[in-house]
Order: sequence, then structure tokens, then C-alpha cells
Amino acid sequence: MNPDKKFLNDLFEGLKTNEDRFGYPSCPCRPATGIFEEDRDIICPCDYRDQDIIDFGACYCSLYVDKKTYDSGKTKPIPERRPPEKIFQESTTKIMDVNKSDVKETRKLWYCKQCGYTVFREDPPYVCPICRAKKEFFANVVISTQVESN
Amino acid sequence: MIFIILYNLGISKSNLINGENLMVIVKVEGERKSHKVFLYTLSTCGWCKKTKELLNQSRVEYEYIDVDLLKADERKAALDEIHNRKAPLGFPVIIIDDTVVITGYVPEKIKEAIGL
Repeated sequence: MNPDKKFLNDLFEGLKTNEDRFGYPSCPCRPATGIFEEDRDIICPCDYRDQDIIDFGACYCSLYVDKKTYDSGKTKPIPERRPPEKIFQESTTKIMDVNKSDVKETRKLWYCKQCGYTVFREDPPYVCPICRAKKEFFANVVISTQVESN
Repeated sequence: MIFIILYNLGISKSNLINGENLMVIVKVEGERKSHKVFLYTLSTCGWCKKTKELLNQSRVEYEYIDVDLLKADERKAALDEIHNRKAPLGFPVIIIDDTVVITGYVPEKIKEAIGL
């Protein structure tokens, strides 16, 4: 969490405002539409948090920071990772439908070997949000289906 | 002393009375008026708050729109405007003298552009 208490408190207020406004705590630093399906990726903790923490040591809002950033006591803004078409919402659903068949699914099912928490995404979380286990505790679940004929 | 004045821009009075299509621009008056400073912000965003604080402390006069408080169509118009300015994504968007566009809370860049 951000080491600056006032900044952190402002972000909590922002999350609370969005929860009251939309029914879910969407990212205080991004414009939400109020349509759940369109905002799903920016409900805190957002889909972009883990990669941002790996690359920049903090999430987009600087709500979540890694230990190194926390100890330094300093945070700064980072670039936006969320795709532009998501932000500008030019009939997002349509764009997604068109691309669906072209895009190869790169997400996998990961489960925490310590507590069983499961996520479907490209990489495992940098730390398990439930039991705080490290990334290495996550294993990839491979599902295969066999059809047996008599 | 900062005076906050609410007013509408380019929108007819009837719309104002009906409370429709009212894009609320907030003006914060300050002593430094040498540059026209305009911000697109989110009322919930920590970085936007920091930017406003910086301008307040420096007594810079500026105007801003809290994009998240707008109605859907106005929000789209505001986002389109940001998009048209080829500004990198994110908030706040700081527009100085209609030419310099800064995205994000970068105090050095903001100070340099305003000449603080």
C-alpha cells in the first residue's frame, strides 16, 4: 500500500465514492462508464495491477506498491496499460466481438498451492491476494477432456 | 484566497435551467494568470488532487472539469476531446495555453510549462 497516508486515504475515499456511485469499487484514477461489463477490468484490484507492480513497482493509482517502493517512500505516476479502446469506449462490445475469433487465448488457469485461490489470466499474481503466498506458489492447471467410447 | 466559480461554457441558458447538457467547468482564481491552464480531472483520483494542490499552492489560476461527474454523453465528449489532442491516456490531462498537453502529475513538467 502507498506509504503516503494522505494520498492513500484520498484513494480509499475515491474507491468508496465509486462503490456508492456504481455499486462496485472501480479504479479512482480511471473514468468508469457505470456499465459493469465495460468496467469489469478496472474494478479494484484491477486486471493491470500485477504487471504494473512488476514493471513499475506500483499500480496505476499507486494504491498498491511493492516493498521496494514502499520503503523508498516515494511514488510517481506510471503509464496507462489499459487499452485505449477500453477507455474511449467506442462501442467496445462490438470491437471485442469482431476480434474474438482472431485472438488466441493466452490466459491460463492458475491456482495457489497454499490456499487454493484460483485465477484465469496470463500470469499468476505477484502475490496471492488471499494468503499472501509468493508468485512461485502458483501452479498452472491443465485441463484435458477425454472421451471414452464403449 | 481562492474563489471557486461555477459557470457553463457554450451551452444555452435553457439547457442550463433544465439542468441538461451542463458541462460544469470549475474556475479556481489565483494570482498567476500569465498562462491559461485547463485540467481534465477525476474527482476521485489521487494524482488529480495532487495536481490541483500544486496549482493552488503556487496560486495559479486554472479551470478544470471533473470528467467522472459528467453525464454519459458529456463524458464521451470530454474523452473525445482528450483523444483528439493526441494526449497519452490517463488523468489528469493538463492543457496549458491550448498548446502544451501534459498527462499525469509530473510536477517538473507542469512547473516548467507554467514558468514556476
